[in-house]
Amino acid sequence: MIQFLVHEEADSVGVATVDVKAKDLARGVFMDSQKTIELQAIADIPLGHKIALKDLNVGDAVIKYGHDIGKVVEKIQRGSHVHIHNLKTKRW
Amino acid sequence: MSASTFLGYRRENGKVGIRNHVVILPLDDLSNSASEAVAHNIKGTLALPHHYGRLQFGEDLELFFRTMIGTGCNPNVAAVVVIGIEPEWTAKIVDGIAKTGKPVKGFSIERTGDHMTIAHASRQAKEYLQWASELQRVECKLEELYVSTKCGESDTTSGLASNPTVGNVFDRFNAMGAVTSFGETTEVTGAEDVCKARAARPEVGEQFMKMWNDYNDIVLKNKTNDLSGSQPTKGNIRGGLTTIEEKAFGNLQKIGKKSKYVGVLKPAEAPKGPGLWFMDTSSAAAEAVTLWAASGAVVHLFPTGQGNIIGNPVLPVIKLSANPITCETMSEHIDLDVSRILQGEITLDQAGDELMEMIVRTCNGRLTAAEALGHREFVITKLYVSA
Repeated sequence: MIQFLVHEEADSVGVATVDVKAKDLARGVFMDSQKTIELQAIADIPLGHKIALKDLNVGDAVIKYGHDIGKVVEKIQRGSHVHIHNLKTKRW
Repeated sequence: MSASTFLGYRRENGKVGIRNHVVILPLDDLSNSASEAVAHNIKGTLALPHHYGRLQFGEDLELFFRTMIGTGCNPNVAAVVVIGIEPEWTAKIVDGIAKTGKPVKGFSIERTGDHMTIAHASRQAKEYLQWASELQRVECKLEELYVSTKCGESDTTSGLASNPTVGNVFDRFNAMGAVTSFGETTEVTGAEDVCKARAARPEVGEQFMKMWNDYNDIVLKNKTNDLSGSQPTKGNIRGGLTTIEEKAFGNLQKIGKKSKYVGVLKPAEAPKGPGLWFMDTSSAAAEAVTLWAASGAVVHLFPTGQGNIIGNPVLPVIKLSANPITCETMSEHIDLDVSRILQGEITLDQAGDELMEMIVRTCNGRLTAAEALGHREFVITKLYVSA
């Protein structure tokens, strides 16, 4: 049983496939290589929401699908919830 | 009969449909009442009320006529009664639909009144309905289909599973020489370079980029904030999508891994041959699906995350979702549950097989969830103010 999926190995976020709770040791799979990854969640991550796979600083690009999906606007720690409070579009 | 064929309706112009509607088509907002009265009188006909058709001009008027004529021409439609306030624009729509060879007749209300118009149009609608009821389904090939796709209320499960399932099937349809189409111009924002690179020829990619730039200019001119809540929608955000870029890369999963688009289309413009086509559309579901119906699509694949419930009166919308919460709490809206992909219980190829089976069943006559629930969203795209 896995708790999250990652589109590509280059990505900095995964997607929870179940409701992940803070302090859970979550297991994920990279969909391109089928390699597995384990990390501890430090926040609740609802199903479908993103979990950080590494520490990210303000201004860093968040990578998903191997591509830039926006900029970090609040420091992100590995295992935390990545959403509208810490990630913004670079468009519009 | 093999799995590569289905029983459909072959129309006078050779095109293949999967439904057999007799449509009562109002030219304009003023003619909705009479059209709905005719559909009430003649059970089994389908009125398509809408809000426009008066004092439009220029490109917006051209799009309006393309949408109305195209809807009547759709191979899922057997015959059409057109009702308009005045005879000239009514005749323009009748003449446009008549080019398909299907039965069509127009009625106008000025110098007649609603009562007599309804009486005359009802008499004609009854004849068409009885004629259409005797048309037989015949064996047709899957490659004769025109299949469109658009996703709605997407979430991250869309990009992970339901959109790639559509992509898997789109690769199959394009390999067999069917007609397919995708669009949602605003919703490739962030992935526009990747989309441009999926064009079959460089000049087609440039045409796409011009459409995208023109649309983006409208967004930039009219926006009052970063569009958060509009694009992505509040539903997208609730489902875990954060930015338009993230949504765009998920969206593009629908065109598969191999397919390249052979051309770009104006809104509601019919594809000129087989292969994948990009259509310039809004990302709002009812508007976009109405444009695909008007371009001649006969079956639509609609992946959803949080549960967009859209349907269309003439174009059956097959809904699939990979979100287990949506599939459980909104099961009456979902034709195919592909949430098992998320836990690795089925592969994308297996999900593609299941979607192909659902498409064939739908083409053979199975009503989609949206059809059974009476979702008939017919929404005209308006480009700017009326005169």
